[in-house]
Formats: sequence, structure tokens, C-alpha cells
Amino acid sequence: MTATQADREAAPGTSAPEVALEARAFSFSYGPRQTLFDISIRMQARSVTAIIGPSGCGKSTFLRSVNRMNDLIPGAGYQGEIRVAGMSVFDPSTDLVTLRRQVGMVFQRPNPFPKTIFDNVAYGPRLNALVPRREIPEVVEQCLRQAALWDEVKDRLDQPATGLSGGQQQRLCIARALGNRPEVLLMDEPCSALDPIATQKIEELIFELKQQYTIVIVTHNMQQAARVSNMTGFFDAGRLIEFDATTQIFTAPKHERTEAYITGRFG
Amino acid sequence: MTAGEPAITEEPGAAVLQGRAVGDTVFKAALTIAVLAVPALLGFLVWELWVGSRLAIERYGFDFITGTTWDPVAEEFGALPLIVGTLTSAAVALVIAVPLSLGVAIYLTEFSPKWLRQPVAFVIELLAAIPSVVYGLWGIFVLIPVLKDHVFPFLRDTLGFLPLFQGPIYGNSMLAAGIILAIMVMPYIMSVSREVLMAVPASQREAALGLGATRWEAAWTAVVPYARSGIVGAVILGLGRALGETMAVTMLIGNRHEIAASLFAPGYTMAAVIANEFTEAASDIHYAALSYVALSLFVVTVIVNGLARILIWRVSRGQAGGGQGV
Ligand SMILES: Nc1ncnc2c1ncn2[C@@H]1O[C@H](COP(=O)(O)OP(=O)(O)O)[C@@H](O)[C@H]1O
Ligand SMILES: [Mg+2]
Repeated sequence: MTATQADREAAPGTSAPEVALEARAFSFSYGPRQTLFDISIRMQARSVTAIIGPSGCGKSTFLRSVNRMNDLIPGAGYQGEIRVAGMSVFDPSTDLVTLRRQVGMVFQRPNPFPKTIFDNVAYGPRLNALVPRREIPEVVEQCLRQAALWDEVKDRLDQPATGLSGGQQQRLCIARALGNRPEVLLMDEPCSALDPIATQKIEELIFELKQQYTIVIVTHNMQQAARVSNMTGFFDAGRLIEFDATTQIFTAPKHERTEAYITGRFG
Repeated sequence: MTAGEPAITEEPGAAVLQGRAVGDTVFKAALTIAVLAVPALLGFLVWELWVGSRLAIERYGFDFITGTTWDPVAEEFGALPLIVGTLTSAAVALVIAVPLSLGVAIYLTEFSPKWLRQPVAFVIELLAAIPSVVYGLWGIFVLIPVLKDHVFPFLRDTLGFLPLFQGPIYGNSMLAAGIILAIMVMPYIMSVSREVLMAVPASQREAALGLGATRWEAAWTAVVPYARSGIVGAVILGLGRALGETMAVTMLIGNRHEIAASLFAPGYTMAAVIANEFTEAASDIHYAALSYVALSLFVVTVIVNGLARILIWRVSRGQAGGGQGV
């Protein structure tokens, strides 16, 4: 963590590209069924982008395209390009493991491994041999601190992660994703399974994390989108209808469809 | 019509309720009987074995378990070679069957093309339906010749520095019995582990893949550990089968009362000796000795299963919560 941070502070704009995530005319289909149409979007490094839109409009599909999670599905097809942290996501020469290390993902339901808290956070660093073995405890502590979980779990790192509350588990999953020192953090409705207090903690955390990471968060909660994000993209039926500064979207949307959605007239 | 309605709905309602209450009672009684019948049956079984082996227990006591001679004519009975034979053949079976079945299960759930999964699983499960005497015959006519002419000599040449693979090769042997047992328990271990692995939530795989694991790493570091206690359960199921299997073992093991270091040497198991000698037992003490063997088999099975339960319990505690497959 510190190394990356130091790099960035020493040479802002050189080691980390200003545009952290970019899609160009990206389309995606599950078999014969097209789900995303011609998506073009640019996300600045160290910003939070909220993605909103009615269920089934392709928000998850977009997120899962960025780290190529949809590769698991047979028959999936795409067109166009996505670039993350200087890599062309779908380029045959792009190494999936490297890509996924750069792109952390947090899922809708917390999915900690049934291992200890420590082993959960250490999973990425161990797997990818990012640091020498003896430095792993240090990395684990850093990640847990960044995920605002350290104080709650520091005395029980060897306890099962499954014993944590839902909110703690979700922050643990964030800490686990941070273990890989990613450029981009994708969050697919990270609070939809959490209570309001746990949700608030995650929102505060996102606010902290954007100092270092580029965050994309899918949410169904308009207030949440308004609170945490700099930019907001509105998806509808597989198309990016509007993408603008969050304040703009929520105060003066340009499309009536966007307005109808954020004022709760559909979706 | 309208006037009659309340009465109609009330009265049958009450009757139905009463009927349901009666049904409840009957159901509960039936279940209680069924539940009590199982331990009662088990108790009765043990009691019968105990009574049957009384003569031998009084005469030989604990020496029966440690003795190595089995001579019905001289009325000398020691069951140690049988106990060792049962445990060894089961151990050989597991050593062969566990990695193979686990490998197949992991391959089928994580790697194989979808269309291949069902047919392969079906064929493997079909193996469980073959009667054990058929395995025995197949063992005698197909397996043993191959083992004797090719596999055993090869093992002796390559691993001959181990006492396990030394000495003369007869064909019928502990190793042959272990191999046939392995084939017989594989379907059980494979199909149960496959089910346990399939039950691992997709979110666990995705978590691992999302952190940069390859498919193989995700299978090995996330999916299998999640299913660990279920897999141990599958192995125990296989172990139970291996300990009690009789017919095919009798046909292949060589039926010799002897503890040999080499797996090429013939041996005997508790189940096999009972099957072979019970119908021909000439004296009361011989019957009693065979009952005593049955009792010992029961005790060994209980102990092994008990140890296995403890293992499951420790494994599932070690993996910290999740994935209680069994
Ligand atoms: N694995 C899949 N196979 C086929 N279709 C899918 C799959 N996942 C999602 N879809 C379809 O793609 C569309 C977009 O889904 P998704 O991206 O999950 O929407 P959102 O996250 O916005 O609710 C939906 O119509 C959904 O049914
Ligand atoms: Mg979704």
C-alpha cells in the first residue's frame, strides 16, 4: 500500500493514469441476447462513480465485464473496448490474473471465505506473492485499517470470518480486495444486504478510500449515490443514458428518462 | 345459501381440525416407534453377537484379539491377522480411491465441459449398482492376471526397496483386495464429494477468481476448503463400505491367516472369514469364535467411525464455520 501511495505522491499523474477506467463503444451479449449496447464512459482516477438504473438494465453485467468475470459464462460475446489502469481488458495478451489483481471486486452479498479473518485478507497477497511472506501480517493490518475494521477485529484475527456481522463481513471483503493493491474497486450493490448503520459505515469507508482508489459503485439507493459519488451514470435497458457530475444528474438531469428514474416514477 | 354458509364453514372446519389433531398424534406415535426401533434393533444385534460369542469370550478373553493362530481343529483362535487384514485392505482402498474420486469430482464440477458432467457421473454411479460378487469374478478373471503379470512385477521393480512391495507374487493378495475395494468405494466417494462441491456457492468461486486466482487455484484454495467437511464425510462413507465388504474381498485376498509386511502376500479379513467358515463350522467353539469375530468387526467399525467423526468435527472447526456439507 505505502509503496503505491508514495509513488503516486512523488509523481502525480505519471504512475497512475488520469483516466483509470474507460469503455469505448462496448457491447455485451449473453448468447444471442444483447445486454449492453454501445457503452462509452470515462472514469477519472481517484473518483467515485455511481451507476444507477432499474433492475436488469445491465449494471452488474457492465461491472463484471471490467474484470472479465463473465468469462465464466459460456456463449458470452462482446464488442468494443474497455481499458483499466492502462490495460486493454479484452486484449488476448492481457493476463487475466494481472487484470483481476488490478480490479478488486466487492459483491452484493458478503462472501468471505470460511477461513480466519487473517487468512481472508492474506488471500490475495499470498496467492499473487505480492510481498515476502513475513510482511503479510503488516499488509493485513494495513488493509483492515483501511477498511475501518482493524479496531473491531484486531484481537480475533484467528477467528472465523463467518462469525462476523454482515456489515463487518462486507468490510472484510473490502479489506480482502485491498490486499491486492488494486487500481480500481468495483462494488456491486455492496450495501443491499446491510442494515442502515452498516451501510453508513461502508459509505464513510468509500469516502476515505477514494483518496487512493478509483471506485465504481452500483446502487439502487439514490441518496447513497448522491452522497458518495462524484459522477453518476444512468443505465437503462443496456444503454448508458446519461453520465455526468452527480450534482448535475440529481438536480438537473438532461434526459427525461433519468429524471423519471431518480424521482422514482419507474424502476 | 347465504344463511347456511357460516354453519357450513364452521362445522367441517372443526371436524377437519380434530381430524388433523388425530393425524398428528398417529404420525407422532409412528415416528417415535420408528425412531426407537433403530437403536433397539442395534442393541438386539449386539446382544445376539455377545450371546453367540460368549463361549469364546470366556475361553479366550482378550487374547483372542491379540492372538495370531487360527486353528479350528486344535480349537485355537486368534483374530489379529483378520483385524489387521480388514484395516489394511480398507486403508489400501482409501489410499487409491480418495485421490482418484476427488480428482474426478473436482474435474467434473470445476473444469469439464457441461455436457460431459451428467454422463460421467451417471456411469460412475452405475458402478455402485454392480453386485460385489460380480466384482469378485471380474477381479479373478481380469484384474488378478493383469496385476500378477504386469502391475505387481512393475511395483516390485520400482518400489521394491519398501517392505510393502517385496516377496513372491501370487496374484491373490492384500493389494489385489485393496484395489478391488478401491474400485468399489470410488463411486460413493466420488458422487458424494461431487454433490458437496456442487453445493459450494458460486460467490466463493467468484471471490477467489476476482482476487486473481486461476481456475485451478480457485478450485483448490476456495472451493475444496469450503467443502472440506463434506468431503471428509464422503471418505468416511467409503471407509465404512470398505471395512464391511465381504464377497469380492474373499475372492481376491487369498484367505490366509497371516500378517505379512508385503502387500503382495495373501491375507484375510474379518468379514471374509465369517462368510467362509460359518456354514462349515463344526464345533460350538468355532461358531462362538466366528461370532466373536463379528463382534470385533462391529467394535472396529464403531471405533473407526468414531475417530472419523472426531476428525470431521476438528476439520469443520478448523475451517471456521462455513460449509458444513454433512
Ligand atoms: N449469466 C447470465 N446469463 C444470461 N443472461 C444474464 C446473465 N446474467 C444476467 N443476464 C441478463 O442480463 C440482463 C442484465 O442483467 P444484470 O447485469 O444483472 O442487471 P442489473 O445488475 O442491472 O440488475 C438481465 O436481463 C439478465 O436477465
Ligand atoms: Mg445487479
